[in-house]
Amino acid sequence: MPKYALRVNGKRVNVDSWDPDQPLLYILRNSLGLHGPKFGCGLGQCGACTVLIDGKAVRSCVTPIHQVSNRAITTIEGLGTAEQPNAIQAAFISEQAAQCGYCTNGMIMAAQALLDQSPHPTLEQIKNALGGNLCRCGTHTRILNAVLRVARA
Amino acid sequence: MDDVGLSRRAVLRNGAALVVSFAIGSMLPKRSLAQSGSRTFDVDSFLAIHEDGSVTIFTSHVDVGTGIATVFRQTAAEELGIPVERFTVVEGDTATTPDHGGTGGSTGVPRGAADIRRAAATARQALLELASARMNQPAADLVIEGGEVRPKEGGAGIPAAALIGGKRFSLKVDPNAPLKSPSTYTTVGKPILRADVPLKCSGRLIFLQDWTVPQMLHGRVVRPPSFGAKLRSVDESSVRAIPEVRIVRIESFLGVAAKDEWAAVRAARELKASWSEWQGIPASDDLERYLRESAAGPDQVVVNRGDAVAALSSAAKPMSATYYWPFQSHASMAPSCAVADARDSGTTIWSSTQNSFGLRANLAKVFAIPLEKLRVIFLDGSGSYGSNGAEDAAADALLLSRAVGQPVRVQWMRHDELGWDPKGPVQLLDVRAAMDASGNIQAWETQMWLPGGPTGARALIGPESAGMKQGHGQGAGLMTANADPPYSAPHVRVVAHNLKDTPLRLSNLRAPGKIANVFAVEGFTDELAAAAGMDAAAFRRRALTDPRALAVIDRATAMIGWQPRPSPNPNPNQGAYRVGRGIAYMRYKQAENYVALAAEVAVERVTGKITVRRITCAHDCGLIMNPDGLRNQVEGNIMHTLSRTLHEQVRFDHSKVTSVDWSSYPVLRFPEAPTIEVALIDHPDQPPYGAGEAASAPVAAAMANAVFDATGVRLRRVPFAVEQTRTLLARA
Repeated sequence: MPKYALRVNGKRVNVDSWDPDQPLLYILRNSLGLHGPKFGCGLGQCGACTVLIDGKAVRSCVTPIHQVSNRAITTIEGLGTAEQPNAIQAAFISEQAAQCGYCTNGMIMAAQALLDQSPHPTLEQIKNALGGNLCRCGTHTRILNAVLRVARA
Repeated sequence: MDDVGLSRRAVLRNGAALVVSFAIGSMLPKRSLAQSGSRTFDVDSFLAIHEDGSVTIFTSHVDVGTGIATVFRQTAAEELGIPVERFTVVEGDTATTPDHGGTGGSTGVPRGAADIRRAAATARQALLELASARMNQPAADLVIEGGEVRPKEGGAGIPAAALIGGKRFSLKVDPNAPLKSPSTYTTVGKPILRADVPLKCSGRLIFLQDWTVPQMLHGRVVRPPSFGAKLRSVDESSVRAIPEVRIVRIESFLGVAAKDEWAAVRAARELKASWSEWQGIPASDDLERYLRESAAGPDQVVVNRGDAVAALSSAAKPMSATYYWPFQSHASMAPSCAVADARDSGTTIWSSTQNSFGLRANLAKVFAIPLEKLRVIFLDGSGSYGSNGAEDAAADALLLSRAVGQPVRVQWMRHDELGWDPKGPVQLLDVRAAMDASGNIQAWETQMWLPGGPTGARALIGPESAGMKQGHGQGAGLMTANADPPYSAPHVRVVAHNLKDTPLRLSNLRAPGKIANVFAVEGFTDELAAAAGMDAAAFRRRALTDPRALAVIDRATAMIGWQPRPSPNPNPNQGAYRVGRGIAYMRYKQAENYVALAAEVAVERVTGKITVRRITCAHDCGLIMNPDGLRNQVEGNIMHTLSRTLHEQVRFDHSKVTSVDWSSYPVLRFPEAPTIEVALIDHPDQPPYGAGEAASAPVAAAMANAVFDATGVRLRRVPFAVEQTRTLLARA
């Protein structure tokens, strides 16, 4: 079975995939046990599966494994833990910016990519950056407040 | 993560032997304490105090992202006098939790928390008596604080864990156990933070979708191209190139299972199958006629006060309008999922169902499994807002697990979820009213048309395809509430026409019925106010007497800076936009929460695009259990319903749902998210109501009323898509 060398959350790992077109999401979740990225649509439409690749927010559900060899992949597990969250995660926790939490991974990863590029975005810039990430519980207000909290820090 | 699948015994395993010198306090048993079918529960079925001082709450009510588990912890902590951080909650496990109702209808607080409160209050009395014997002091002189029973006068105490830790109370819940007075609360009413949020924000919470068991295969279903199609043949060679795929065919049920999830996904996608043609439902663009013309049961008279029909026929200027709410999907972020492990010795289902006991009962019946050999365990899923595809996914997983003889995890694909979840019903409402010369409502009539069918459990898709015998219930919740105006009127009549059939399977979806009824009632009330030339808020205030109703209206209007005047706005123009404001009020189910909502919108003249600038909401649900959790729910209700109002409508042709992804079933996105300001009005002296639905009910009417104020155009049809607004604006 073809092997792929990945860099995930700062570590080098080798994974197998019988299909070079297997989306990265399944590799992360099933081969590497990284369950932070979620399957929401498999179509790149909702953002629940978002990870960072070389610092950019990418939809792992439509990113074939063969395209990501040796690129730096960061999942939400690589940002921080429940006990030691990074700044964005801490802001989400302070704002209690989650209901069901299924979209939260994508929100935090998209916000991370935005703030890495542009540390002090306006509310409009944040709304646009998160425009491709769907939330069904209606937690938008809190998510925006959480990202603003970091943007204004 | 392992605890979830283990027995209650394991949860309680730190129960090493203590010398027991009193009747209550025998060791926690090695059997399940789950109880059902009786409203007289044991304290032990709700609560276990462990030797280390931690406490587990057991409940059939589940937290689908609403924060209700935190409310349960606060409730029990308050009554027991044990710090809230020591509490954890086991939810919806048919082997270990008492069956005191499923999640739905905003009952988590008034029923779920109330049951836990009485159990904890009974337990507190027992702890006081145990300590009384141990300390040789009257129980009345003792108090429990910080997890210790100690004399009121001060002095050394005994930890609750030392009195009962690891042992059982062996008491029935006493419905008359003295309850703490809300005026003394220290935990209930505080913004206690949710324990799940840090885990969700770090990718560490184990969702159902993340759950695995040994030997588990990944399953996917292959649904037919139309609802009634029969499977004719399957070409197994079409997936031969995909590794280790097993194909399961049971009559017209078709599914695949594979070790590798991606193999299952590809196999389900690529498997060639031949199906019969089927066309058997009306299309979504022709539903109004379908609703009016289809066979219905006898008229259901919901409200009949005075003689509305006579008053309307003799009125000088009766008004009438038709309002429409479409079929909508739960459209959960996570497609429905389940893990099933079917064995002769017993079957286990992991599910994010809102009703574990209901699912167990239905699966037991349909699959002919003895109840005691079937266990359903709730795990967190994505927000469901009612009964989505979770139960169907459980049946799919069970069908596959039985067929392959291994545990199977089924996760639906996006098109499965939007195409096959049972839907929130379509609803058509004709409203008529007449006012006197001073603009007082004299007569009001609401007639509604609702799709319907038999009562009882909903048919499960997989078993239906597999030709298994089952019921075909079409319940969708309390659909007729809030269809009468909350305003004084001598003649009021509400009639429901319940159809005998439905194009799509029905299900509860957040504020079922109330959401359409309040849209019609509050939209039409606004039409009356405008016809009377009165300010919309003043028109409502004048016809209300309940001070709590007036208080929410006053608060919401004050927050948005409401200037009294009739609608439409005499000066609406702001560049390319027309701006306006609207209000809607309701009391949920005419008996629970009071909510008033005011909105400010801008409508782009050329395109018809509605931008919601601000929403203010005043919310009174009685005693507030957790203000931060409540605020989160109220904000969520508003934003979720804004999405339903502006965008959502299930589309289907004569054979299938055609809105099966996020572009054909669009939902609200961040750039559209308005500023939402919420005022919570606390009434510690009043009973608490749930808040999972109420604030959603007035949203659509507030929007429609604001659009009317801005443009003079009345929106009576959800969703308020730009095409509708643009067409109406062009005609105006």
